[in-house]
Amino acid sequence: MPMNAQGRPTASGSIDDAPRPTISGDRGLDHEEPLIFELGREGVAGVDIPEVQMSEERLGGLRRRGPIGLPGLSEPEVVRHYVRLSRMNYAIDAGLYPLGSCTMKHNPRLNEKLARLPGFADVHPLQPQQTVQGALQLISELMRWLTTLTGMPAVAMSPKAGAHGELCGLLTIRAALLARGDRRPRILVPSSAHGTNPATAALAGFTVDEVRATDDGHVDADALEDKLGPDVAAIMLTNPNTCGLFEPRIREMADAVHAIGGYFYCDGANFNAIAGRVRPGDLGVDAMHINLHKTFSTPHGGGGPGAGPVVLSAALAPYAPLPLLMHDGNELRLVEERGALPSELKPLGRMCAFHGQMGMFVRALAYVASHGADGIRQASEDAVLSANYILASLKDAMSAPYPGPCMHEALFDDSFLEGTGVTTLDFAKAMIDEGYHPMTIYFPLVVHGAMLIEPTESESKESLDRFIHVLRVLTEEAKAGKRERFEGAPKFAPRRRLDETAAARKPILRWRPPPLPQAAE
Amino acid sequence: MRYLPLTPDDRAAMLAKIGARDVDALFRDVPRSAVVSRDAFDLPDTQGELEVERALSRMAGRNVSAGSAPFFCGAGAYRHHVPAAVDHLIQRSEFLTSYTPYQPEIAQGTLQYLFEFQTQVALLTGMEVANASLYDGSTATAEAVLMAQRLTKRPKAILSCGLHPHYAETVETVAALSGEVIRAPIMPGRAEDLAELIDDRTACVVVQSPDVFGLIRDLKPIAEAAHAKGALLIAVVTEIVSLGLLEPPGTQGADVVTAEGQSIGNGLNFGGPYVGLFATRENFIRQMPGRLSGETVDAVGRRGFVLTLSTREQHIRRDKATSNICTNSGLCCLAFTIHLSLLGEEGLGRLARANHARASALAGRLSNIDGVELITPSFFNEFTVRLPKPAASVVDALAERNILAGVPASRLWPNERNLRDLLIVAATETVTDEDCDALVKALQEML
Amino acid sequence: MSETRYTDQHEWVRIDGDEATVGITRYAADQLGDVVYVELPEPGRSLGQGGEAAVVESVKAASEVYAPIGGEVTAANAAIADDPAKVNADPEGEGWFFKLKIGDSAELAKLMSAGQYADFLKGL
Repeated sequence: MPMNAQGRPTASGSIDDAPRPTISGDRGLDHEEPLIFELGREGVAGVDIPEVQMSEERLGGLRRRGPIGLPGLSEPEVVRHYVRLSRMNYAIDAGLYPLGSCTMKHNPRLNEKLARLPGFADVHPLQPQQTVQGALQLISELMRWLTTLTGMPAVAMSPKAGAHGELCGLLTIRAALLARGDRRPRILVPSSAHGTNPATAALAGFTVDEVRATDDGHVDADALEDKLGPDVAAIMLTNPNTCGLFEPRIREMADAVHAIGGYFYCDGANFNAIAGRVRPGDLGVDAMHINLHKTFSTPHGGGGPGAGPVVLSAALAPYAPLPLLMHDGNELRLVEERGALPSELKPLGRMCAFHGQMGMFVRALAYVASHGADGIRQASEDAVLSANYILASLKDAMSAPYPGPCMHEALFDDSFLEGTGVTTLDFAKAMIDEGYHPMTIYFPLVVHGAMLIEPTESESKESLDRFIHVLRVLTEEAKAGKRERFEGAPKFAPRRRLDETAAARKPILRWRPPPLPQAAE
Repeated sequence: MRYLPLTPDDRAAMLAKIGARDVDALFRDVPRSAVVSRDAFDLPDTQGELEVERALSRMAGRNVSAGSAPFFCGAGAYRHHVPAAVDHLIQRSEFLTSYTPYQPEIAQGTLQYLFEFQTQVALLTGMEVANASLYDGSTATAEAVLMAQRLTKRPKAILSCGLHPHYAETVETVAALSGEVIRAPIMPGRAEDLAELIDDRTACVVVQSPDVFGLIRDLKPIAEAAHAKGALLIAVVTEIVSLGLLEPPGTQGADVVTAEGQSIGNGLNFGGPYVGLFATRENFIRQMPGRLSGETVDAVGRRGFVLTLSTREQHIRRDKATSNICTNSGLCCLAFTIHLSLLGEEGLGRLARANHARASALAGRLSNIDGVELITPSFFNEFTVRLPKPAASVVDALAERNILAGVPASRLWPNERNLRDLLIVAATETVTDEDCDALVKALQEML
Repeated sequence: MSETRYTDQHEWVRIDGDEATVGITRYAADQLGDVVYVELPEPGRSLGQGGEAAVVESVKAASEVYAPIGGEVTAANAAIADDPAKVNADPEGEGWFFKLKIGDSAELAKLMSAGQYADFLKGL
């Protein structure tokens, strides 16, 4: 019986429950990680670039004199540093990410693969156009999907994110008004709007006039119509709105603003609830941005990059920004200057250098082509169904200001926490200990202590049931006065609650080298 | 559909729990006449990975990629070698599929790399503070002009002729709403006298160095002239690798530095996504646009990072925000940060010197060709030559021979007839001796 | 003998002869949360009644502070600019924002007394 004669304990053993500080400061898989500037040393690099002989220096006498101050690290050190940082992040790949209004759906890896094809990733924006016909074809194909899905005749592709798309849309409205000699100053924005809406309106040179919400979570259409007048340039509505509700009087509001000669800008952040089922063009929308990083699954990447193409009505299409993509016989042509355009086109100018977020366009086209029109419709339905399932499963425990049905996100307020000593923030932080990213909290502003849950279509029923169970138990414990899970939560995250007050009072926005020790006299 | 986990049975059970007859009942607020059927969309049905990959690969195959030809294009976007570790790391799920770090306890990875990014940008540009990125160099420049208008309460922005024209047009789109934008007359290969354009209504002067023709500008006299009149100097850098070798704008008196960060960590991507860098003086931070990651401590005293000074931003300040920006270039700044960490002080210096040496040698060879004149006496990795015939026709003819020879000035200024013979040529470390031979030989034959 | 009046925007103003001291009320300070930043008017600046005079910010909120009455700014409280926590600690005392030389004391008639303001708060 040949064998390794040396046995070892294989049972789990007894547990000493009191966690004690480790020698290293790390705890198992939880590693602490210094700043990159606190690592490394002089004379090391993570790249091998040969030193060259500079035969002739032509720097105009402006050669750098001092060092930059960057640390030197080898490749394994850099890889380990960023891998360790990554492990301090929550991610949709790792768990349900129910941030309302943010649409954290699955990011298919096919999209990543295709965006890295050299024919897209390694192409310069100013190459001769005959060498980039495939890139232009891709943009043209995505434009066809976006205009068809929205029922709008035109789309401006260059805006780089949702807020940039809002700016583009409002500037086309401004240009259209100016073309008829009209300088209307006012834009109506509901109180439930995303902050970007009033910020963009102000940036585009308009004054913002707030329209209140009704008790059932909709824009007060009567109040809106009362505010309309010859000085109103546009209304700026989100539909479905930020309470997760479709605006039933949307067409009436569109007609009313058109009747006074204004335009209807729609914030398309929530288009994912209705894509494939409702066309914004049929609702009287004149301009709407589409967040490719929400509706069409391009990854959020910790805060970008996004892409915010803007679909435009026939009235606004002539003012779309440069560059424009035109068909020229069998070729596609990017037109980058006004002079080359027919006189009926009057582009408002340029939103940015080059032609928009190509890398995001590839991913978005891969997504819509994978889903197809039927799959996009099914995805919207599943997103709405999942949100309603959460609303129906939790509204007796938590408190829902609007009974539903909702669209793609379910809104709760904090009245179920009244008298418990637990706040919306505490509740959210307790979810972290349960392994979940919290929902969007304290937005929209029209609801007290708001909690906005958007499950998206990417969750299985088992996943939703487990999430609902956790929220129900948390709710019951809060109501029963058991505050242990809430006080000081999160306890199991890489950090406990952080002092945001101190961060804002004395901002430290960069690393600085520690002061050198004083030289001895 | 492979991305949708719910089964028909799941859907039926969920509808039963909701108490809805069918999914249509959930859309009851939608006017019936606004609901369209599947057939309303002239678009295909679901396709498998294989079919989608085939269709998109075919489109990709119709483009001439930079790596498949001798390649000399720049003018605001540059081809550099990006180490394999960069793309591997940014594709880690925890970076790729996380949201803006609104819950700092479970987003320290993002917040810490943003803090590192801010530090790197401040160090490179020689400025005190930097934000956590804007969309790209052009929009960052427009934001800087708006900030200067707010800080000085003056309307006028003066743009140097060497500012990339796409940047100038982007600035005009937004800054002309709140003030006026003056563009200096074009003088390729020379530094114009901007001092004479500055007056007491001037909020800022915007100068790019190396400029769009490649010329290196001395910012010190412009900074002095601007400051003497109470105006700010905004320095623009479209090729950020240049700061590995050149005096940074911060030590030359710039008040704001905006830059395109694409060159470090990010591919050409046909123009986007890129990463806008924005750095300035500490006493301007309350007027800065964009997110900021700041250092603090957690409840048990450990160092940690949070988004801070958010009262400048749209989600709190709404119509009084310093900018409407929300989503920025998160993953692109991560790529920048990792690549710059791999380079380090020594690697960046070597990279910058390799670029300059490559371009300097090529400029020498091209200017030896009969009829070709180098018009930028100083430059980093990009220079401009005057050809004896329109540059666009030369570039098109060379493209037929599979050489991407650079960007003709007429692509950027289609209406300036006196610029039509100018060719802007970039040579980075990715250009080989064989590439240069091919370009020189083809030009000799053609001119 | 000083007298304190209140606005419906939660500013208080204490009158001493022709000088007025302005701050935000305890209610406002509590609503904002920990104050992290204040921006104060320059002495010499002339303000109209209801005009934007100062800015007060917490981590998640920001608000303008309006001049309860018109007048010329004579002093700004540098102590709260250095240490904004003073606004939370003692909003109606050490945490004052700025002083004014009163322009038209008739404007005081539009403001609330302490009792009226307390009733006003109950109605919110």
